[in-house]
Amino acid sequence: MPQIDPIAIRQGDRLALSRALTMIENNAPESRALQSALFPFTGHAHLIGVTGAPGAGKSTLVNQLAMGLRQGKEGQPAPKVAIIAVDPTSPFTGGALLGDRIRMGGLAGDKGIFIRSMASRGVLGGLASHTAAFVTILDSAGFDLIIIETIGAGQAEVGIASLAHTVVVVEAPGMGDDIQAIKAGILEIADIIVVNKADRLGAENTIRALRVMLEMAQGKSGAFDIKGKHGLDALLPTIKEKQKPQPGWIPPIHTTIATEGQGIAPLIEDILRHGEHLAHTGEWQQKEAARLRRDIQALIRNTLLDQWWQKQDENQFEEILADVLQRKYSPLEAVERLL
Amino acid sequence: MTEKRIRVLIAKPGLDGHDRGAKVIARALMDAGMEVIYTGLRQTPEMIAEAALQEDVDVVGLSILSGAHNALVPAIIEKLHSSGLTNIKVFVGGIIPEPDIAGLLDLGVKAVYGPGTDTQTIIADIQHAMQRSSR
Ligand SMILES: Nc1nc2c(ncn2[C@@H]2O[C@H](COP(=O)(O)OP(=O)(O)OP(=O)(O)O)[C@@H](O)[C@H]2O)c(=O)[nH]1
Ligand SMILES: [Mg+2]
Repeated sequence: MPQIDPIAIRQGDRLALSRALTMIENNAPESRALQSALFPFTGHAHLIGVTGAPGAGKSTLVNQLAMGLRQGKEGQPAPKVAIIAVDPTSPFTGGALLGDRIRMGGLAGDKGIFIRSMASRGVLGGLASHTAAFVTILDSAGFDLIIIETIGAGQAEVGIASLAHTVVVVEAPGMGDDIQAIKAGILEIADIIVVNKADRLGAENTIRALRVMLEMAQGKSGAFDIKGKHGLDALLPTIKEKQKPQPGWIPPIHTTIATEGQGIAPLIEDILRHGEHLAHTGEWQQKEAARLRRDIQALIRNTLLDQWWQKQDENQFEEILADVLQRKYSPLEAVERLL
Repeated sequence: MTEKRIRVLIAKPGLDGHDRGAKVIARALMDAGMEVIYTGLRQTPEMIAEAALQEDVDVVGLSILSGAHNALVPAIIEKLHSSGLTNIKVFVGGIIPEPDIAGLLDLGVKAVYGPGTDTQTIIADIQHAMQRSSR
């Protein structure tokens, strides 16, 4: 793969930007130097996660949010907005159908917008690290807001949402996914909750149910004793971080009709207000620190593993595996022999 | 450890009102392990080139039923090239009269598929075109 000039990316060369994202997705070794060259120019963008059940209207909402954000505030230049739209990779074929752009036609022709669809590719932990790397590139390219759309199912997805400074959880009436949402821990990570499709029957009920659950969750988190590192807690350290009381921030519930652009302006206001809240309370810095800590830890883990595999004799591994299969010794003892 | 996947943009330029065929192709390519970006109906040449650039696709598949292919395809290829996307492989499917096919191929279109083309043929052609260009 040809080299990409980091300066081209910082100067707004969209082709170079796009190619850089591909390099990252493909785990091309060249992407490492590029990320390192661009990292000093990051830290500026407001990362907004938009998550929720399939079909809740996330893409339609993101289209509206981006259009609204591009209006900017009076007397200020319009912010540049990037969108990362994640859809699942088929575990059977490795292929993916990435259809989020269908709903984002309103953004066509705007050079202040960059939309990239991304397949989850099912790599354990890979999705989160690719998304983080995407954010590095887009941030350094001068995008002021980066919106990340993911379905809120599965731990990897929740992990991505918590990469964001501001997490918007989208629900829709009558989808029966309220219990699901709680299970996935998704309400706990919400900074803002949106009940979309307010034109549909049952919107009132959904709002009421969410209110109750939210109050329960808030009441619970105070008394919740999170012990040790097991189960969900170990997998989702970010949820724990979120459960720390956020002084002065109670997740507001918004209602929208994304297809008609209704309720968008106040939602945008709250998203931006949340960003300011984080900056004022010092939480922005704390989140950055927590995120970078996780990034570095993940990199250490991956690097050590790679290094070990490179030195490891594959035959020896297979022999030991055969022994374990015959119950000669346990996987734990196998590791002791191998390391 | 490069892990390349074939990325395909399936687009419907022009004004024709349904996209069943395009969706069938999109689905088949996905089942063949490709990452397929689908953009919906009524895409202008500008929108197609923009999506192809942002998504960094290897292949653009155009589905055209309206008969406007002789106007649309050159305009799209021109936009792709002026965006710096000179390496992208363009395939066309839909209702294309026999006499028009040679003209489209001359523009650089890799292949033209009529209604009822076996999706396996299209998959094989895309994979073949990608292998040749990676050498
Ligand atoms: N009635 C109504 N329909 C809506 C609204 N918002 C979105 N939709 C429709 O809901 C369907 C799904 O919308 P999307 O925006 O694709 O939903 P999504 O959450 O991005 O879906 P996935 O990415 O597949 O998980 C589309 O047909 C939209 O037109 C709304 O406010 N009211
Ligand atoms: Mg979507």
